[in-house]
Formats: sequence, C-alpha cells, structure tokens
Amino acid sequence: MRLHGIKIPHKKNTADCAPVRITIPETVTIPMSMHIGKPAKVIVKKGDEVKVGQMIGQADGFVSANIHASVSGTVQKVEEMVSSSGARIPCVVIKSDGKQEISDDVKKPEITDFESFVTAVKGSGVVGLGGAGFPSFVKLSVKDLAKVKHIVINAAECEPYITSDTRTMIDKGEYVFKGIDALKKYMKAEHFIIGIESNKPEAITKMKELASKTDGVDIHVLPSIYPQGGEKVLVYNTVKKIIPKGGLPLDVGVIVINVTTLAFIAEYLETGIPLVEKCITLDGSAVKEPKNIIAPIGTSVAHLVKSAGGLKSEPAKILYGGPMMGIAMPSMDEPVLKNTNAIIVMDKKEAAPMKTTACIGCGACLNHCPFRLDPRAISRAYKLDDSEQLKELCVDLCMECGCCSYVCPANRPLVQTNKLAKGKLRAYLTAQKAAEAAKSEKEGK
Amino acid sequence: METKLISSVSPHFSGKRTTQKIMLDVIIALIPAAVASFIIFGWRSLLIIGVCVASCVASEFVFEKICKRENTVTDLSAVVTGMLLAYNLPVGIPVWQAVFGSVTAVIVVKQLFGGIGQNFANPAITARIIMMTAFSGTMTSWVIPASIDKVDVISSATPLVASAKGETLPSYLSLFLGTHGGCLGETCAAALLLGGLYLLLRGVISWHTPVAFIATVAIMSLICGKDVLYQVLSGGLLLGALFMATDYSTTPQTKWGKIIFGIGCGLITIMIRFWGSLPEGVSFSILLMNILTPYISKLTRNKPLIGGAKK
Repeated sequence: MRLHGIKIPHKKNTADCAPVRITIPETVTIPMSMHIGKPAKVIVKKGDEVKVGQMIGQADGFVSANIHASVSGTVQKVEEMVSSSGARIPCVVIKSDGKQEISDDVKKPEITDFESFVTAVKGSGVVGLGGAGFPSFVKLSVKDLAKVKHIVINAAECEPYITSDTRTMIDKGEYVFKGIDALKKYMKAEHFIIGIESNKPEAITKMKELASKTDGVDIHVLPSIYPQGGEKVLVYNTVKKIIPKGGLPLDVGVIVINVTTLAFIAEYLETGIPLVEKCITLDGSAVKEPKNIIAPIGTSVAHLVKSAGGLKSEPAKILYGGPMMGIAMPSMDEPVLKNTNAIIVMDKKEAAPMKTTACIGCGACLNHCPFRLDPRAISRAYKLDDSEQLKELCVDLCMECGCCSYVCPANRPLVQTNKLAKGKLRAYLTAQKAAEAAKSEKEGK
Repeated sequence: METKLISSVSPHFSGKRTTQKIMLDVIIALIPAAVASFIIFGWRSLLIIGVCVASCVASEFVFEKICKRENTVTDLSAVVTGMLLAYNLPVGIPVWQAVFGSVTAVIVVKQLFGGIGQNFANPAITARIIMMTAFSGTMTSWVIPASIDKVDVISSATPLVASAKGETLPSYLSLFLGTHGGCLGETCAAALLLGGLYLLLRGVISWHTPVAFIATVAIMSLICGKDVLYQVLSGGLLLGALFMATDYSTTPQTKWGKIIFGIGCGLITIMIRFWGSLPEGVSFSILLMNILTPYISKLTRNKPLIGGAKK
C-alpha cells in the first residue's frame, strides 16, 4: 500500500545558502510557551541582569520546557502578550547590551547513564525543531528501552521553501552522527533510519558518506511527495508500520526525532550552550535576498527581515513555517520562536486568496489524503452538526497537512473545516465521557 | 503606517487546477469529435452543437439571474453540457427540439437540484432520455453521413439498429472512423478515444470507469456470442464511458466505486442491447447507475488509516 500525497512546488531557493548570523537586536521578546505543554514559569523579574544561556523560564510540570536568555542585558519587562495562537502567554523582554556574554551557568553537562542523558536534554531546553515543538526530553524518556526498535530521524523537510534542516545536514552533518552515537550509547538504540526527500541531493550525499563510516544507520531516500515529513507518513514509509490512531510512534517500536533537534543535542553535549538561537530560512515572494540566517530566539520578525536585506515589496502575509502548515502572524513584531524553522514573507500576489466555488464532487480531496479520510463527507457532517458521523469518519486522525485544500479545484476550505470538526468531536467525546462517568457514579450509589 | 497582514489558517498555497480549467480540458477533449461530426455529417452538426451550447449557457445565465444565485457561466460547465447533449442528438434534429433539450438539461436536471455539483443525474443524458420519449420520431431518424446537405434526406439505421434487425452492417473501419448513421458525436470512435486519452493524460478522469464499463460490455458480448468489437465501437458506448460515466458529481469518487459503477453500466447496457426492446442502452445504464451512486459511494468509502489497536 502506498500513502497518498501531492506534488507541490519545492521552491528550495536557499538550499545553497550557508546560514549567516544577523546583528543582535536591541530587544528580544521571549514567550514562555514555545513548546507543546504547559508554559514555563518566569524566574526573572524586571531589572535583572541576564547573560546568554541563563535560565529565565523553568519547565512547569512534566510536559514543559526550560527557556533561556538569548542575549545578555537587562530584563526590561515581564508581561502577558497574545501569541499568534491567540493564547495569552507571559513574555520576558530583554534589552540587549550588545556584549553577548555567556552565563556562568553554561557548562558541559556530565553524562554517565540514560537518566543523566535525559536530564541534560531537558536542561538544554530543546523542543522538536521541525516545527512541532514537543519537548524532546519527554519523547526520549522511554520507560522500557527494549521497546525501541528503530530511531527514525526526520530529515524529510517536505514543506516548500524551507531548507534549514538541509543546511543542518550539510553544515553540521558530523553533529547528526555524534547525536546518533549518543543515542546508541545512552539509549542502547541499534537501528537508525534517516529519511530524506529526494530533492536534497547534497544532503543525501553527505549523510550517505557519513553513514558509511558507522554501523546501523540507513539513509532512506523518500520520494518528493508532500507530506513525507508527517510523523505517521514517515514511519510508514521507512519501517512500513502504521501508528495506531491516538497512539505514538513508540506503539510500533519507533522514536522519531528531527535531524536539527538531534544535531543540536549533540552540540549541547559538547558545549553546554542551551537553545538560544535558531537557523531560519527567510524566503517568500516579498523577500529581497532569500537566505538562511541564525537569529537569537525572541528576535522580532521586523528586525530579522531588516538585517537580512529587507523586502522588495509590501508584505501581505507572513508565516511561521512553510506555506502548507505554517501559521500566519498578525504583525511583524512577532518574535522568532524555538520551533521556528522558516519565516515566509508573501507579497500581495502570492498571498491572494483564491475564490471558493461549489464542490463539483471530483474526489481529489479524498484521493490525496495520506490517511484516506473523506474531507467532503467531514465537511457535510460538520455542517449538519453530526458528531457521531465525525467520529465514524475519524476526523481526529487528520494531521492538517493541507493536501485536500491544496488539490481542491473549487478551493473549498477543507482542512480548515477539518480543524473545526476536530474541535467539535473533541467536545462531543469529552461530554460523552463526562455523562458516562456521572451515570456510573449514580449507579455506584 | 502599520501594514495590514492577511491572517488566515493554513494552507497558504493552493494548486493551480480550478473547476474552469477542468471544464476547459473536457471541452478540448470533445473537439476532435466535433471536427469528426463536421466531416461526417456536414455543416448542420456544427449548427446543432452551437445551438445546444448557446441555449445551455443562456439557460444557466437566465435561471441564475432570476434566482439571484451566483453566476456560474464562467465555470464552463454549461458549455460541456451543451456539447455532450448535442453529441447525443441525430444531426437532423429540429433546432427548437435541441433548444428544448438544452433548457431541460440545465434548468430541470442541473439548476433545480442546486446547480453545479449538486445534481444527481447527468444533465445531458437525462435530457436525451426525455427527448427520446418526447420526440421519438426525430430522435431516431438517422441519416446517411453527409446526405443532409443534399435535397433528399436518406435515412439510415444505426449499426445497432441494423444489427438488431439483421441487416448488413458497416465495416470495422467504418465503425472506427464513424462514417455511418448515429448521433452526431458518438459515431467516430477514433475522435472519442483521442479525447479520452487527453483527459486521462491530463488527470481529469481516471481509467477505472471507462475500462470497467467497456470491458464489461466486451466480456458480456463474448459470453453471449456477439461480435465484441462491434458492440464496443458502435452506439454511444465510447462517448458514454469516456465522457458521461466519468462526470464528477454524478458518479462515485473512489477507485472501487468507479469500477463498480463501470461494471454496473456495462451490465445494464448489455441487458438493454441484447434483451430489451431498445437498440441502445448506454444512456439508461448511466442514468440508473447515477441513482445508485450515493449508495456505491457509501459502500466503497476509503478506510481511514487507523492502524492496529493502541497499546
């Protein structure tokens, strides 16, 4: 069986651009939530002097992540701001002194066993850098290491424009393999698969060359058909196993880790500098000089764009991430986050919405869905408020990759409706569970 | 001044294909058959095609104006309906009857059910069936190719009628090129196959329905001891299988749904041809399968990729 997908323009204009460092901004705004899970607790206050790598937000609860200062300077304010997801998040604003002094807290972590390895990963503040932002140490905290049969390294980078993972493989390929060595040593993992889309020949050559010097690493060249980088798609295409609905890769004996995340972990084990800066692809039709840049976390998009050569036309839409799954930001004041791998600035023409017309029943949506969902039926069930039908149609399986909307000749908002339908189903299932619990409690009495 | 940014949910890219482009592809694919009909039947075939297209487009435009619906003339679907209906008419059809058919197709079969994408039956096919019943005389008076320009109109049976009556049949070559009696767009197998191939290559249609439809007719003809090539090349089979049974909104969308639809069409066509009182059954077969489409779709819905039980 082959999973469906779509052919989209690659636009990997920046694949040959080695990342360059931008000038340090005057201020950085660091939100306490740049990961999936609970926001971190702010541990600095207005007026505090901070240095690069100093912890300013502490992980709160198990699924959370530490956050560190990305510039040296003074804490200007700590206040709640509305993030691009609409939630109110505490943010730390630091005024830079331009010195970029490294904090004394930064030191090479001492690792002796699996437990101290996970602690070190937690200490680095790293989250899934492919875009998901799931705290990496949580993923690596496997109770029964014998369950891990394969570690799949996600280097598919299937979104158009983005080349930051490509650059990691080319510029920091050695760190990817040092990361593999660490996982071999501390997690006792034996088999690694690096999944790379075929549109990155240079990265593939480099990875193959490095893989030939070590045992247990397979390079799996994936077809350039979006969305190869979707976790379930990647696991299926590399180890031929389907992750059960609502389950994790571990349910089929796999851990999936992004290639840049792994390279960062390896680098951290050597230097002890936590996640304070990020390689970002800056591209899009409005960008004057598309390139890869390294920016401190919390840099505003406006500063980033300006110091990277500016724009050639009026921006109409700015995205965190790629055009298929990226998030449109409300203004250019938004900061660069830990999991930002690209900033795409679209001009008016590229961002112009297409007209939505009537569904002609061509079936392109359901014949291109990687998970074989039926977006047309889901839309209908959503409009009819039929949650039972939504459950039957497995809308909760949807990963929002956007293939259905992309191929729709009538430009129907299919994935957009799926998102709403997922929310509706979630509410319905929660209410159902609550009703059942109430019922059993009553019967218990 | 603060720049206003568009803030919409992903995806921020969309494909280049639109309904209009799909319909344009269908129109391009139908052109070879129009050229063939002009060569075979003369100027009047172009007149009928023109009349049908114009009245379909006009019906759509006027109806949507009256109902204050969004105007969909530019999506070109009415043009396709007009061409397909014309291809299903004999070249000698009176113009007013062709207009009647077009108005029926667009207003009754398509617009009254909600317009493009909402109709459950193929407009051109349903209109043709209504016309067959209403104007059975003119709808079955076939002419010898190119004789319409001459003073005497000589009638000629279609191959299937001839076959049913046991008369002499045209050669295979004549069937392939379409130089025999029949509806103006259905006779030239070569032109229809060329158009069908174009739609397949452009990804507008998939092979499942046409192959299942034609193969069923071929196999059933073989079993029943009929001339296979004859059954496949004559009548409206190719036009129906390539252009009408592949209509989006009135046929199933999944691979297996399309195959079941095609087999069903093939079986009904054969039943009508061999054991019914009509010489041809393609139109009825497609209409009947149109009605079954929602059930076939439900039966053949893709199974979501839920994997094994969660551990």
